[in-house]
Amino acid sequence: MNTAEKNAIKVQLPSEKCDTCPAYTQLEQMGIKIDQFDRVIALAGNPNTGKSTLFNTLTGLKQHTGNWPGKTVTRAEGGYQFNKVRYKLVDLPGTYSLLSASQDEEVARDFILFGQPDCTVVVTDATALERNLNLVMQVLEITDKVVVAVNLMDEARRKGLEVDTRSLARDLGVPAIPVTARTGEGVSTLLQTIAGVVDLSILTTPRRVQGTAEFQHAISELVPMIEDLVPGIPNARWVAIRLLDGDVKVQQALTSGELPELMMRQRRADVQFSGKMSISGRQ
Amino acid sequence: MNETKISTPNDIILKAETLRSNLSSGFRDEIVKSLYSEAEVIAKRAVNTATDKKYDLDQKIDRLVTSPLTGLPIMLILLGLVIWLTVSGANVVSEAIATVLFWIGEQGKSLFNLMSLPWWITGFVWDGVYLGLAWVVSVMLPPMMIFFPAFTILEDLGYLPRVAFNLDWLYRKAGAHGKQSLTMAMGFGCNAAGVISTRIIDSPRERLIAILTNNFVPCNGRFPTLIMLGTVFVAAGFSGFSASLIASASVIGVVLIGVGFTLFMSWLLTKTVLKGEASAFTLELPPYRKPNIGRILYTSLIDRSLFVLWRAIQTAVPAGAVIWILANISFGDVSLARAIANWLNPFGFLLGLDGVILLAYIIAIPANEIVVPTMMMVYMGAGSMIAGPATSQAIHSLLVDGNGWTMLTAVNLMLFSLLHNPCGTTIATIYKETNSLKWATLSVVITLGSAFLVTFLTATIARLFGWV
Repeated sequence: MNTAEKNAIKVQLPSEKCDTCPAYTQLEQMGIKIDQFDRVIALAGNPNTGKSTLFNTLTGLKQHTGNWPGKTVTRAEGGYQFNKVRYKLVDLPGTYSLLSASQDEEVARDFILFGQPDCTVVVTDATALERNLNLVMQVLEITDKVVVAVNLMDEARRKGLEVDTRSLARDLGVPAIPVTARTGEGVSTLLQTIAGVVDLSILTTPRRVQGTAEFQHAISELVPMIEDLVPGIPNARWVAIRLLDGDVKVQQALTSGELPELMMRQRRADVQFSGKMSISGRQ
Repeated sequence: MNETKISTPNDIILKAETLRSNLSSGFRDEIVKSLYSEAEVIAKRAVNTATDKKYDLDQKIDRLVTSPLTGLPIMLILLGLVIWLTVSGANVVSEAIATVLFWIGEQGKSLFNLMSLPWWITGFVWDGVYLGLAWVVSVMLPPMMIFFPAFTILEDLGYLPRVAFNLDWLYRKAGAHGKQSLTMAMGFGCNAAGVISTRIIDSPRERLIAILTNNFVPCNGRFPTLIMLGTVFVAAGFSGFSASLIASASVIGVVLIGVGFTLFMSWLLTKTVLKGEASAFTLELPPYRKPNIGRILYTSLIDRSLFVLWRAIQTAVPAGAVIWILANISFGDVSLARAIANWLNPFGFLLGLDGVILLAYIIAIPANEIVVPTMMMVYMGAGSMIAGPATSQAIHSLLVDGNGWTMLTAVNLMLFSLLHNPCGTTIATIYKETNSLKWATLSVVITLGSAFLVTFLTATIARLFGWV
């Protein structure tokens, strides 16, 4: 890691708010040097909310960004170091939900479900919060460790929208941080919050849909069975819901024993691939 | 069933089925519905709307650029502007770069002669490898440096989804997915990238159509060929400003033919091997955003231009070497290159082209970018002159007076460049994305078949009417 640390560029983020803020000096962009990392962070969100821009700001990489939904169709990986902890950041394709069938959305869903990221950052568009929250709620269904980044705050201000992130955090049960990824505004707070969620100094109580009593009973019957069959499965609850829903794909994954394999595959580093991609900038 | 025994997957699935029968039938819909209504409540509580002035402006612009009346003309004007900028700017820079690079070649050659190295070393290095490289750099780099930034600005502004919106009805009529217009737009940059971007299409049927027809939009490797032909031939009789307009118009014409072909082929595929209905989709029109100039320059110059140029150089160097060897191995007084070209000539004639052009296309299978340089080198014959013609007049006279080109050759070469098989990288990408040799092969058959058929038809018609 010595070479990586030596090569790591001290970040130069425009930070008119806090030039002396220690957080910035603690961030080191590590580009694609992610052969060793301590924590895995997933970047999820609706299409075109600025996930790739945030990814580039944090890692110093030049992942191609563009102002159209669906720019990122594969997952890209990069690294950053914050407070001496090395994070691997995984930029996922944008999705409106976790229930759909298209390939780019499947990439995102499989990683959040089975990649077991230490924290999932859901990047949301402050100017279209309601639609974005649908995905946030679905992510909350399957994992506790979530930070909501309310991005595009500058655009929201221009449109005369005020977003109360404290009310949002209270309602969702997870931290909600206002950011403008393009300028770096709020990024230091976001990093600190992610670190807190990862090391459990910030505890979350995600809001979950309760459903009817029958539904809750069905879930409580199925979850132990699934956990017995696949020890260490991170989200038996989600698998149970999908089975109740009659999802053929999940049934197949269960019968063919693909579920554990899927978990393993998602955890394997995709270093070479993402390295090539970020250098060429093509997807 | 024993409670302590670990249940098999089938047990779990059966259990889930029994449990499901206890639930109300639309339980999942109810959950999703409550999810959505909760999201609505939370969002209402958190967001405080003051005014929406900016929103109004966005909507006003959208009304203009996506209206059925003005949408398409605005699109054409923007496309025309980008191509005109590229055509008129690239020419000047191309000639300057060519002059410098060919001068360096001369110096290198005389240095080798001074050191009295054997002729074949001098020839191989300077007339083969270096010449191939110099051609590629001078023909390709300038158009890319103008086209890529212009295209990236449109992308950054948020114009691309509007293009998809405008063209959606056309694609639906052809039985394809509306998002195919987005993947097609990516194809203008690079067809391999276009093929990968089809992942945004959910339906496998429509995704295959988008993959198989992506190659009908000319990528940046092929734009320089089109631009050169448009400038040197179609606009040959004009000068100055009107020449650049005519040249741009011919390139736009070819681009539109390409778009037409993607639609036609999509329709044909829908009616034959990939039957089905076009699926509905929602398209988000993102807000207009101020392009970030620094990032645009970085993405388009470093990321894209250098990336494509580097790829071209990697193929141009071996291609230059191959051409030199072919041109310098002779049977009697005919070089191998000429012999192959002569052998291909009858077939080339049928297509309104000639043997040299076909040979150049065969050598250029790894990357379409090097077709024109390869052609030039074979025409000139290696060893005869290193300083190739740098000006468009010189190219014109080399091709027309020296090698019997006509307007038909130029037009058919433009059509052939537009329609012929994808480059090696794109074919490999199609194979990887579809995971099927069948579809990869079909992509070559469809494109090559269209190219042969169309050029054969235009050549035959032109000859029948005595235009040539």
